[in-house]
Amino acid sequence: MSLFRTELRRLSKRRFTRYMTLLGLLVLAAVVVGVFFTNQKIGADQLAQAERQADQQYQEQVRWSEQERAACEQAKTAGTATDGRYPPDCSVITPPPREEIKADWFLPSTFDFKETFDETLIPFAAILALVGFVIGASFVGAEWSTGGMMNLLLWRPKRLTVLLTKLAALLTGILAVTLPAAVLWFAGFWAVANFRGSTEKMTSGVWQSFMLTGVRGVVLVLVLTTIGFALASLGRHTAMALGGVVAVMVVGQFGLGILLSMASVRFAEAWLLPTYALAWMTKTVTLQDWNACNATYYGECKPATMDITWQQSSVLLSVGVVVILGAALWAMRRRDIS
Amino acid sequence: MPAVLEIEGLRKTYKSRRRGTRNALDGFDMRVDAGQVHGFLGPNGSGKTTTLRTLLGLIRPDGGRMALLGHEVPDALPTVAGQVGAIVESPQFFPHFTARDTLSLLAGAGEVPAVRVDEVLELVGLRDRSGERVKTYSLGMKQRLAVASALLKNPKLLILDEPANGLDPGGIREMRTLMRTLAESGMTVVLSSHILGEIQLICDSVTIISLGRRVAFGPVDEVLAQHSSGAVRIRLEAVSDLPVATEALTQAGIRVTGHPDHLMLAGVDKPASVTRLLAEKNLYVSELAPIAVDLESVFLELTATAPVPGQHRQVDESMKVGGTGQPGPAGGGWGA
Repeated sequence: MSLFRTELRRLSKRRFTRYMTLLGLLVLAAVVVGVFFTNQKIGADQLAQAERQADQQYQEQVRWSEQERAACEQAKTAGTATDGRYPPDCSVITPPPREEIKADWFLPSTFDFKETFDETLIPFAAILALVGFVIGASFVGAEWSTGGMMNLLLWRPKRLTVLLTKLAALLTGILAVTLPAAVLWFAGFWAVANFRGSTEKMTSGVWQSFMLTGVRGVVLVLVLTTIGFALASLGRHTAMALGGVVAVMVVGQFGLGILLSMASVRFAEAWLLPTYALAWMTKTVTLQDWNACNATYYGECKPATMDITWQQSSVLLSVGVVVILGAALWAMRRRDIS
Repeated sequence: MPAVLEIEGLRKTYKSRRRGTRNALDGFDMRVDAGQVHGFLGPNGSGKTTTLRTLLGLIRPDGGRMALLGHEVPDALPTVAGQVGAIVESPQFFPHFTARDTLSLLAGAGEVPAVRVDEVLELVGLRDRSGERVKTYSLGMKQRLAVASALLKNPKLLILDEPANGLDPGGIREMRTLMRTLAESGMTVVLSSHILGEIQLICDSVTIISLGRRVAFGPVDEVLAQHSSGAVRIRLEAVSDLPVATEALTQAGIRVTGHPDHLMLAGVDKPASVTRLLAEKNLYVSELAPIAVDLESVFLELTATAPVPGQHRQVDESMKVGGTGQPGPAGGGWGA
């Protein structure tokens, strides 16, 4: 227990941990503030204004169609209406019906908590996962590269215990930041919805769904933190984790994406990791193959689809953690420390 | 006297496809008795640091037996680690922490009372600079911090690899005094160093390693005595008598090397026999000085690392003795 407490202290004392956490939280705060200022509450004034704008739009359409019809008849009389610009019968140039121009189109952006909050949990998890990954990698990577790990092992010569205790302290630290941040995120957007949108139609089912998405977000943060930690421990340097991620993203993802697209592989996104991260957060990602045409009864062409589910993502994340952390533990146990 | 540190037939081999196989430790033996200050000497690349790392569980040995404070290691390392303080090679610390934070975190990990941090900072002379970040420290200050970290546990066995590295002359003297004080308090100290004059001054006993094997061990006086050549320098009242003296001494079976103003004699058991022999020939000695051997010359002789004019010795070019487990020139077998 003393080692765990010491590692928690070490984690919180590191300037890199403090700065990265602060940076991550500032970015999250900026998102909330940005959403606050780009949304408005919809009231009678806004609805009346939107109605007026819709009317205005309708009047413009009427004017335009009359001008066009007149120009069409004029061209027909002059015999110059042969360039296909006008239809054979000028009377078909009519304005759209008034009811087709919806007042909703002219409403300012508003934050509907029920409809939109779920989506905000994706950047929340992504930003904190990035912070967790970098802090995790640096926490153990710097220990290896500065000789701190060797010093610690002279005091506590149980290698696996030391590494796993460090990981436990790291995950506890990240969780201690993520959970309050998640509560503030919920509270922040609830406030945004209250002042700049709507909190209507919230049922216990919707809350449950948000909570589950939030929990999946927290799990994603912890998984990526663990992977960053394990990669840096495996390479005994922070750069191993950061370099590994850059290599995977640039070569393994962008490169692979381009290659698959050139080869016209069906559902190319199914080979890319971000798809699974997205599926983990949104429960399902439906991929579409526009090269395949499934004709409907009405003759409409619909693309072939493939669903990536959060269960499939959970398998991938579990395998990733087991393989990478397992390799780090094996290397910790077997490799000499010099 | 009980042994605090025992190593028998320790082997460590590094295999590389490009560079082949290299035996860093080739059946190395060592023994350190309780309460001693023990010098651990060897040329660069001879296996000193590998030995210490292996002993402390950082490197996995390929063979041999090791024991610390009567416990077989590495299996019993978790049991004895709290009683063994060590610095291995150059001091390494997280550069952005202060000395106090560094020691405090180690104390926390090792369940050492926090008050001990102040005691060791005082002991190594870092009390007033303990609030500064380690990256601002000089090499000597980092070295002091490393010694402080090793002393933090108040260990029974203290292992220091090059503790005087980077220290100023005052610091070296302080370190010497500290080692002696610690030994007097009952602590056993193993000291690896290349400053042989210091080792000779501080240490009760030494082990010399070369190419992964022990080439000499025992109390410092005994090691020096075993490698004393019995050399004597003599001067006569009249320099013109030197040729006659050379002839007389050579006839008596003494190896003589002539110099313009003196003679160097080798293989002299009793210097008094030289004066008597020369006096019988009416040759009178004005100076007779036994040439004392020091640890540096013994080290250079045993490890064959003395510089040769015009040659550039490579790090692995040093003395290798006997076969596996065979004794070195100054003794052999397990223990002293």
